[in-house]
Amino acid sequence: MDISLINLIPLLMAASTPILLAGLGELVVEKSGVLNLGVEGMMITGAITGFMAAVATGSPTLGFLGGAAGGAVLALVFGVLTQGLMSNQVATGLALTLFSLGLSALLGQSFVGLKPPVTPELHIPVLSDIPVLGPMLFEHDGMVYFSLVALAAVWAFLRYSRPGLILRAVGENHAAAHALGYKVTRIRIFAILFGGAMAGLGGAYLSLVRVPQWTEGMTAGAGWIALALVVFAAWRPFPLLIGAYLFGGITVLQLNMQAAGVNVPVELLSMSPYLVTILVLVVMSAAGAAAGAPGSLGRAFHASR
Amino acid sequence: MATSLALAMGAATAALAADPVKVGFVYVGPVNDGGWSQHHHEAAVKLKEHFGDQVELIEQESVPEGPDAERVMTQMALTGADIIFATSFGYMDQVESVAAKFPNVKFEHATGFKSGPNFANYSARFYEGRAVMGTIAGMMTETNKIGYLASFPIPEVIRGINSTYIHAKKVNPDVEIRVVWLNTWYDPAKEADATQALREQGVDVILAHTDSTAPLATMEKVGGYGFGQAADMAQYAPKPRLSSIIDEWAPYYEERVQAVMDGTWETAMTWSGIKDGMVGIGEFSDAMPEEVKAKATEVMNSIVDGSYHPFTGPLNKQDGTPWLADGEVADDGTLAGMSFYVEGVTGDIPN
Repeated sequence: MDISLINLIPLLMAASTPILLAGLGELVVEKSGVLNLGVEGMMITGAITGFMAAVATGSPTLGFLGGAAGGAVLALVFGVLTQGLMSNQVATGLALTLFSLGLSALLGQSFVGLKPPVTPELHIPVLSDIPVLGPMLFEHDGMVYFSLVALAAVWAFLRYSRPGLILRAVGENHAAAHALGYKVTRIRIFAILFGGAMAGLGGAYLSLVRVPQWTEGMTAGAGWIALALVVFAAWRPFPLLIGAYLFGGITVLQLNMQAAGVNVPVELLSMSPYLVTILVLVVMSAAGAAAGAPGSLGRAFHASR
Repeated sequence: MATSLALAMGAATAALAADPVKVGFVYVGPVNDGGWSQHHHEAAVKLKEHFGDQVELIEQESVPEGPDAERVMTQMALTGADIIFATSFGYMDQVESVAAKFPNVKFEHATGFKSGPNFANYSARFYEGRAVMGTIAGMMTETNKIGYLASFPIPEVIRGINSTYIHAKKVNPDVEIRVVWLNTWYDPAKEADATQALREQGVDVILAHTDSTAPLATMEKVGGYGFGQAADMAQYAPKPRLSSIIDEWAPYYEERVQAVMDGTWETAMTWSGIKDGMVGIGEFSDAMPEEVKAKATEVMNSIVDGSYHPFTGPLNKQDGTPWLADGEVADDGTLAGMSFYVEGVTGDIPN
C-alpha cells in the first residue's frame, strides 16, 4: 500500500476547505441565535456567481469575491424574511435552498462546459522548503490558508472581543441583550451576511478550485454536512476544524485506499463520519442539555415582546 | 384554388395533430450535466423535431432513484402520457410497479433487465465501446496502471470494468486496473477527488462511469488521459480526452414512438451496440500515436463486422474458476446479469 501522509494531507485539506468555510459561517450565525438551514443554497449560489465572476474577469480573486457576494445577497433575503418579517427560520432556510438550486441552474445555463481561470498555488517561502512538512502543509492555494486564518479570527473574535461577546449574548438570550440596549436584529443581520459570504466562498472553492467547472447541483449535499459539523463541534471553532478535516479526510482516505488497491469495506468507511457524529451527539447530550447550543437558537425575536 | 388546397391540407394536419402522442422522459441528473442525462434529453429534443406537433414531451430532470421516481412516473401516467422512458438503471423496480398500475401506458426502461407486457427495456452494448477504450488505455499508459471510476455495482458497470481490463491486458500484459467505487452517478466534487486520488497512486489513464465532466476537468489540471463518457466531451480534446463512448438514443426513441403511433408497440428487450449506431465512438484525438489509432480501429471494426465479441474465451473468473473456454462467446443472459470480475481484476465488488 503506497498511501503516504505527504499525498493525503494536501488532498484532505483541499477537500475539507468548502465545508470548513461554510461551517464557520454557520457557526457565527448560530452563535447569534439564528438557525439558517439555507447553507446548501448559499453554497451553490456562491459556486455559480463565483464562477461567473471569475470567467468574466479572468481573475480567481474576483471570482471568490463574487462567490462571497452571491452567498451574502441570498443570506440578506433570508435575513429580511426572518428578522424583518419574522418568518419561520427553519422553513425559510429550507425554501432558500430549494430556490437557490433552481436559481443557480438558471444562472449557470450558459456557463456549462467553460473553464475558469486557474487559481495559483501559493508556495510559502522558506516554510515550503522544509522537507516532508513543506509539501504537506505549505503548498496550497490561498483559500486553504484563508480558511485557517478565518477560523482563528472567528475564534478570537468570539472569545476575546467585545463585539464577539455581544454577539454571543444576543444568541444566548435575546431578550436580555435587548434590555441592555443592544440592537438584536441588526447584529443578527450582520451575522447572517457573514454566514452567507462564507458559504458562498465555500461554494466558489468547489467550482473554481476543486472540480474546477460549473455543473448544476455540484455542491451535492456539502451544505448539509457543514450544518451537521456545527452541531458536531458543539458551536466551537476548533472542534469544527477537526470535524471538517475528519469528514474530508475519511472521504479522501477511502478514495485513496480504493485507488491504491487496498481491500477495504468502502461502505464502512463512507459511513464512519456519520457514525462519529451520532456518537458525539450522544456523548454531548449525556454530558448535559445539548451542551453549547446558544439559548435563543432558532427563536424569533421582536422588540415589543 | 391553391389557397383552398392549402387550407384543406392545413385542416387535415390539424386533425392529425389534435391528439399528439404524449411522451414522458425521466432523467436521473440535470439535463445539462454534459453526459448521460443530457444525451437522453438531446435525443428527446430530436424526437420532438422529428415528429413536430405529433408528439408532446413531458420531461422531468434530477429525479432520484427510489420512491420519487415512482411518484413522477405515476404523475406522468395520470396526466395522459402514452409512453414513458425511464432513463436510469435505478428506476427499474419503480417502473415495474407503476407499469403494473397503468396497463395502457407503455414503459421503456434503460439499462435494466426486467420487463413486462407493457414494460420494455433497452440498453446499449457499452462494453463494446469499453473494449475500444480499454485497448487505447492499455497502449497509452506509461505506468501500466489504468483507473476506473465506477458508480454502482450493477451489471452494466461491471461489464464495463471487465471489458476495459480484458482489452487493456491484450495489448499490454503488465497492465493493472484500479477501480474506485463512488456510489453515485453524479457528484462532481467526489468524481474530481477520486480522479486525483488515482493520479496520486500513479494511474495515468482513467475511464469514468459517472455522469459529469469533472474527471476530465481534473485531469486537465493534474495530468493523465481520460475519455468522454456518454457524451463526446470534445471540449477536452486532444488532451486529456483521447476518445469517447457516445450514447445515441434518438433513433431508438423515434422507432418506439412511431410504433406507439402505428399501434404496433410491443414489449421488447433491445440491446444494440456499435454496429446499430446506439454506441458511438468519438473521434480519436491527435494525442494518440498512429499505431494506437490503428489498433483501436481494428478492434472496433472486428466488433462491427461480427468477427469478434469482446467477451471471447479463454476467460476465467476472478477466483480462477473457468468461465469461457477457448473461443467460446459469452451469452447475453450471463452478460446481462454479470456480477463477477474476470481474472486479473483486483479488489472486491461491493454489494
